[in-house]
Amino acid sequence: MPAVSKGDGMRGLAVFISDIRNCKSKEAEIKRINKELANIRSKFKGDKALDGYSKKKYVCKLLFIFLLGHDIDFGHMEAVNLLSSNKYTEKQIGYLFISVLVNSNSELIRLINNAIKNDLASRNPTFMCLALHCIANVGSREMGEAFAADIPRILVAGDSMDSVKQSAALCLLRLYKASPDLVPMGEWTARVVHLLNDQHMGVVTAAVSLITCLCKKNPDDFKTCISLAVSRLSRIVSSASTDLQDYTYYFVPAPWLSVKLLRLLQCYPPPEDAAVKGRLVECLETVLNKAQEPPKSKKVQHSNAKNAILFETISLIIHYDSEPNLLVRACNQLGQFLQHRETNLRYLALESMCTLASSEFSHEAVKTHIDTVINALKTERDVSVRQRAADLLYAMCDRSNAKQIVSEMLRYLETADYAIREEIVLKVAILAEKYAVDYSWYVDTILNLIRIAGDYVSEEVWYRVLQIVTNRDDVQGYAAKTVFEALQAPACHENMVKVGGYILGEFGNLIAGDPRSSPPVQFSLLHSKFHLCSVATRALLLSTYIKFINLFPETKATIQGVLRAGSQLRNADVELQQRAVEYLTLSSVASTDVLATVLEEMPPFPERESSILAKLKRKKGPGAASALDDGRRDPSSNDINGGVEPTPSTVSTPSPSADLLGLRAAPPPAAPPASAGAGNLLVDVFDGPAAQPSLGPTPEEAFLRFVCKNNGVLFENQLLQIGVKSEFRQNLGRMYLFYGNKTSVQFQNFSPTVVHPGDLQTHILSLAVQTKRVAAQVDGGAQVQQVLNIECLRDFLTPPLLSVRFRYGGAPQALTLKLPVTINKFFQPTEMAAQDFFQRWKQLSLPQQEAQKIFKANHPMDAEVTKAKLLGFGSALLDNVDPNPENFVGAGIIQTKALQVGCLLRLEPNAQAQMYRLTLRTSKESVSRHLCELLAQQF
Amino acid sequence: MIGGLFIYNHKGEVLISRVYRDDIGRNAVDAFRVNVIHARQQVRSPVTNIARTSFFHVKRSNIWLAAVTKQNVNAAMVFEFLYKMCDVMAAYFGKISEENIKNNFVLIYERLDEILDFGYPQNSETGALKTFITQQGIKSQHQTKEEQSQITSQVTGQIGWRREGIKYRRNELFLDVLESVNLLMSPQGQVLSAHVSGRVVMKSYLSGMPECKFGMNDKIVIEKQGKGTADETSKSGKQSIAIDDCTFHQCVRLSKFDSERSISFIPPDGEFELMRYRTTKDIILPFRVIPLVREVGRTKLEVKVVIKSNFKPSLLAQKIEVRIPTPLNTSGVQVICMKGKAKYKASENAIVWKIKRMAGMKESQISAEIELLPTNDKKKWARPPISMNFEVPFAPSGLKVRYLKVFEPKLNYSDHDVIKWVRYIGRSGIYETRC
Repeated sequence: MPAVSKGDGMRGLAVFISDIRNCKSKEAEIKRINKELANIRSKFKGDKALDGYSKKKYVCKLLFIFLLGHDIDFGHMEAVNLLSSNKYTEKQIGYLFISVLVNSNSELIRLINNAIKNDLASRNPTFMCLALHCIANVGSREMGEAFAADIPRILVAGDSMDSVKQSAALCLLRLYKASPDLVPMGEWTARVVHLLNDQHMGVVTAAVSLITCLCKKNPDDFKTCISLAVSRLSRIVSSASTDLQDYTYYFVPAPWLSVKLLRLLQCYPPPEDAAVKGRLVECLETVLNKAQEPPKSKKVQHSNAKNAILFETISLIIHYDSEPNLLVRACNQLGQFLQHRETNLRYLALESMCTLASSEFSHEAVKTHIDTVINALKTERDVSVRQRAADLLYAMCDRSNAKQIVSEMLRYLETADYAIREEIVLKVAILAEKYAVDYSWYVDTILNLIRIAGDYVSEEVWYRVLQIVTNRDDVQGYAAKTVFEALQAPACHENMVKVGGYILGEFGNLIAGDPRSSPPVQFSLLHSKFHLCSVATRALLLSTYIKFINLFPETKATIQGVLRAGSQLRNADVELQQRAVEYLTLSSVASTDVLATVLEEMPPFPERESSILAKLKRKKGPGAASALDDGRRDPSSNDINGGVEPTPSTVSTPSPSADLLGLRAAPPPAAPPASAGAGNLLVDVFDGPAAQPSLGPTPEEAFLRFVCKNNGVLFENQLLQIGVKSEFRQNLGRMYLFYGNKTSVQFQNFSPTVVHPGDLQTHILSLAVQTKRVAAQVDGGAQVQQVLNIECLRDFLTPPLLSVRFRYGGAPQALTLKLPVTINKFFQPTEMAAQDFFQRWKQLSLPQQEAQKIFKANHPMDAEVTKAKLLGFGSALLDNVDPNPENFVGAGIIQTKALQVGCLLRLEPNAQAQMYRLTLRTSKESVSRHLCELLAQQF
Repeated sequence: MIGGLFIYNHKGEVLISRVYRDDIGRNAVDAFRVNVIHARQQVRSPVTNIARTSFFHVKRSNIWLAAVTKQNVNAAMVFEFLYKMCDVMAAYFGKISEENIKNNFVLIYERLDEILDFGYPQNSETGALKTFITQQGIKSQHQTKEEQSQITSQVTGQIGWRREGIKYRRNELFLDVLESVNLLMSPQGQVLSAHVSGRVVMKSYLSGMPECKFGMNDKIVIEKQGKGTADETSKSGKQSIAIDDCTFHQCVRLSKFDSERSISFIPPDGEFELMRYRTTKDIILPFRVIPLVREVGRTKLEVKVVIKSNFKPSLLAQKIEVRIPTPLNTSGVQVICMKGKAKYKASENAIVWKIKRMAGMKESQISAEIELLPTNDKKKWARPPISMNFEVPFAPSGLKVRYLKVFEPKLNYSDHDVIKWVRYIGRSGIYETRC
C-alpha cells in the first residue's frame, strides 16, 4: 500500500486532537467540539468547493468527534464524495467514515454501493481491498444483497492479486456468517478449494477460514479440500523454521495456518484414500515428534504457538479415533502436560484427556495417569482445573479402578468447592452403582456420600439406593445394619434419616434379632430424629412407623401413642395429620392379616435407565452428554443399572379420595405401584427428555395426521417442540406456529423460515411474504409464536417446507419439516340433495376426472372415527345419498384464487375384508389423484 | 453527621481527604470519583447515593468539594456547611483553585479540624477563626497571654463571633443589599415564573460590643406600625414588600424577631451576611426581551430581538449581555445591532450581544441572519430560551433599608457618630425568555 506522503499529515487534525486531549473538563471539551463543528459546517456549506485534502481532514475530524461520543448529523455526503477520489488516503478515510457511521440511509446507500461497485471493478488492488474491507466491516444485509454475487468472482478470478484474494475470502466469510442465504453456491466453490494450493500463505489462511465455515453447511461440495489440506499441512509441518520467512512465528512455521488446517480436517471423517491418510498420519506424527524436541526459544510465544498446533493435532486424532498408535502417543504427550508449570496447559491436557478416555484405544493409556490426576484433584489451586480433573476421573473410571477413584472422589468431596459438589455427588453415585462388585460396598459408599455431602445429594440419588436395596435380597440385611449404625451418629443429615426410615421400615426385621437393634431401639432411634426433620421426612417416618406395627407387633402400643399425640393428630400440616389419623385407625381397626397385606414388602422395581445418569446429562448440556455416554465402551457393566425410581413417599401416600373411601370401607391401602401404567407415569416424571428416544411421532406421521386436523403438535424432540394452530377460509388461511424451547438453555440465532420446493413457488405466493419475524433468542422453557398468512392461488401438490435453524449450546441445529398445508385445507363443504349429487357425479364421468383407490385399512374400522376424519378432511358429509348406509359420501369445493374445483367423494368400507374403496371425482385430474392419495393414507 | 470531607481536582485526584468517622473508608473516595466525577452523564445531582453512602458535593471552578456520610443527615445543613467552608477558604487564600489548595495544605487541615468536630459543624465564622488560626505562624508567637486567654473565652463564651476590646478610630459600617432576579417569560411576554433571592451583607468596623438594630420595609412591620400612625401607612403606600422567607446570621436574636419582627444583633467584626431572603410578589423586572424568530426555508433563520429597560431613566444598568441560542446546524451568522457588540460564539452555539451601559426606559434591538446546513436528522431544533445577564443599581424586589441603629452604651459614641454606607445591587440570576 502506498505510504502516507508528508503532505498528508493533516496538521489541523493533529492540533484539534491535541486541543481535545488538553481540555481540563468535559465542558471545555464540548466547547471545543462545538467550535470545530461550526467551523466544519461553514466549510461544508454548499456554495464552496473544497479540495480533497481539506474534505478528508474535516471528515476525519467528524469521525473523531463521533468516536468521542457526540452525534454527527452531517458530512455523510462529503464522505461519499471522498470514495470517488483517486488518492488512496482520501478514499481510505471515506471508507472509514462510511463503515463507522453508515446507517441504512436510503439515498446514500445507493451512492455508496455505486462507489464500491466502481472500486471492485477497478484494476487497482488497493482500491479493491478498501472496498472489500468496507463491505465486510458494514456487513449489512443490503450490502450482502448487492455484492454477494460479485465477491466469489473476484475471489477465484485468475488475475486477482494475492491481497485482493485474501480480502475477498475474508469478506465472503463475513457475509456468509451474517446471512448464509445470500451467498450463492456455485461453480466457484470448487475453485475456492484450489486456493489451498496458492503460493501466498495469506491467501491460504484466509481461504481455509472460509472453507471451514462453508463446509459445515455443505460438506460434500468441499470434499476435495481434504487431500489439498493434508498436502499443504505436510509441507508446513515438514518445513524448517526458516523456510516460510514472514509466516514463521518465533521459530514455528505458520502456526495459525496449521491450526486452521487441522480444524478444517476435523469437519470430515478420516480420509479414505490410503495415500492421503498415510501422509496425514505422518504429519500428525511429526507434530507429536516435534513436541518432544527441546524448545528452540525460551519465549512464551514460541511454546504457545507450538502447543496450539499440538492440541489441535490431538483433537484431530481424537476426532478420527481410529489410529491406536497415535491416540496412545497423544495420551502420553498430554500426560507430560499434566504436571506442567502452566495452569492453562494442565487444564487443556485434562480436558483433552477426558475425550481420549472415551476412546477404546486410548482408555488404557489414560488410566496410567490416574495418580497424577488424583493428585491434581487434591493439590490444584485453580478450581476450573480441579473440575476438569474430576471430569477426567469420571471418564477414566472402569471396573478395575472404580474403588480407588470413588474413594478419592469421596475424600475430595469433603473439601470440594461448593460449585461442583453436586456434580461430584452425582458422579460418585453413578460410578458406585455402575462398577459395584459387591453391594455392601455400594451401600457403604452411598451412605458415606450422604454423610459427607448430604445437602448436595439430590432426591434421585437416594431414590436410587432404595431401588437397588429393594431389588437385591442379598444387601437388604447389610443395608439395614449399616443405616442403623449411621443413624446412631448424634447429628445426621436429613437425607440419611429418609434412607434410614425407609430401609428400616422395609427391612428392619432383618436386624431385629440382635438385642442392640431390637425393634424398640430401632423405633426410639428413628423417633429421636423425628422432631428435627422437615414435613416430607416426617411423613415418610410416619409410614415407617405403621410398617413397624406390621413388622413388630410389640411396638404397636408405643407407636399408637405417638400417632395419637396431639402434635400428630392435630398437626397444622394436612399431610401429616391425615397420615397420623389414617395410620392410627388402620392399626387399631384392621386385623393383623389385613395389615400384613396392606403393608406387604415392596415389590422389586422394573429395570430402567438410571435417573441419576439422566440428571447428570441434563446438567451438563448436550455437548458433554456424548462424553458421559460411555455405554458403548462398557455395555456389559449395566448389570445393576436397572430398576425404577421407587418414590417411597408416593408409594405410601394414598390419594386423598381413596383415603376417604377407605375410612368407611377397607383400610387405606398403601397402594404399591402395581399397574404398569401408573409406574410409567411416575417414571416419566423423573426421566429427562434426553433419556427418551423419541417423544412425539415422526415428522412424516405428524404431517399425515394434519391432513384431517388443524391444531396439534407438529414436531417434538428433546430440544424443541413445534405446535400448530391454523384456520382456513375459502382460499385464505392463517397459521400460528408455536416454537417451545424444552431445554433450560437459550437458543441463539433462532430463525424459522418457510421455503417452497420447486413447483410450488408459483402456486402459493403470499406465504413467506406474510411471515412475521421471530425473536432471534428463545429463552430456556420459553415459547415464541409465529404467524403465517397463506393464500392459495392455484391448486398444488407439495406442501411448503418449514426450515428451522438455531444454535443450542454453541452447536448449530437445523431441521426441515413439511408445513401442514395441503390442498384439502381450502375445501369448502357443500350440502346437496341426493339427485343433485348423482347429477354432478355423472357430469364428472371422464376417466381422467376420476381417481379410485382400493386399499387395506391401517386403523380399526370405526364408523364414527371415519366420519370425523372425513369432516376434518373438509368435505361435507351427505346422508341419505348412497343406498348403502355403510358408505360415506361427501362433496365440497376447493377454493383457490385462480379457480374453483368441485369435488365429490365416496368411501366404501368393507368390514369383512378390512378394505376400503375410495372414489374421487373432481373437475381437475391432478386434484383428484392428489386428494385420493392424501385421503387414502388416513384410514 | 458528616463522616468525611474530600476535595478533588478536575481530574478526580484527591487533594484533601479528612475522615471524621470510622464508617467511612478509603473506598468512599474512589466511589465518588468513579460514580460522580467521571460519570458519563452531564447532569449530576448534588446528592448521590452510592452503596448506602451519601455524597453531597459542590463545585467551585474546577474543584469538587464532597461531604460524605452514612447517616441520615440534614442535607441543607451539609450544603450550608460546604458553602461556609468555601467562604472560609476564600477568606484565607482568595480564589479556590488547585494551586491555592496545594499551597495551603496545612492551613486547610487545621481549618477542617476546627470547624468540624467528629462530623459536627463548629464555629465557622471567619473573623473568629482568624484569631486562632493565623495565616502566618509568626504572628501567633506575638500573641500575649491575654489574647490567648481570650481564645478560650471566645470559643466557649456566649458571643462566639465577636471578641472583646475592639477599637476603631472611625466607627464605620457598610450595608449591601445584593439581589438576583430570576425570570422565565413566554414569547408573548407572559411571566411564567419569577422570584428574587437577596442577601444583606454587612461590613462593620465598630468599637466595643455594639448593639445594632436593622429595619427595612417589611410588609408585616409596616402594617403593624400602620395601626398606630395611619398617615404613615398612606405615605409609604406600596413601598412595603412581602418577604416569602428569610434566614439570619447566628448573631441575630431570633426570639426578638419572632416576637417583635425586629432584627437586633451584635455584629461580628468585619464582613458577614446578615440575612438572606426570597420574594415572589411585585418584582420589578429591569428588562423585557421581545424575540422574533422567522424560519426562511430550510437553510435560513431570521432572528430579531428587542430589549427594553424598565426602570427610572436616571439609573444606569451595566454589564448587559444577551445570549441568543443558535440551532446546532448553524453554518454562518450575520449580525446587525444598534448598540453594543454582538458576536456568534460557535463553541457555545449562541449569539452573544454585549452592551456596557444602558439607561432606564430605553430600548435597543439586534437582528441576525442564521444560515443552516441541511442535515440528515429530522429532529427539530428544541429552541432553548434567550437568556440575559445584567447589573442594576436598585433592588428588584423593592426592598428598602429604613434604618440601622447602633447603640454602644459602654463606649461613648452614639448612632450619629457612626458613618453608614448603603448600596443596592440587583443582578440577573436565570433570566430567560422563550422564543
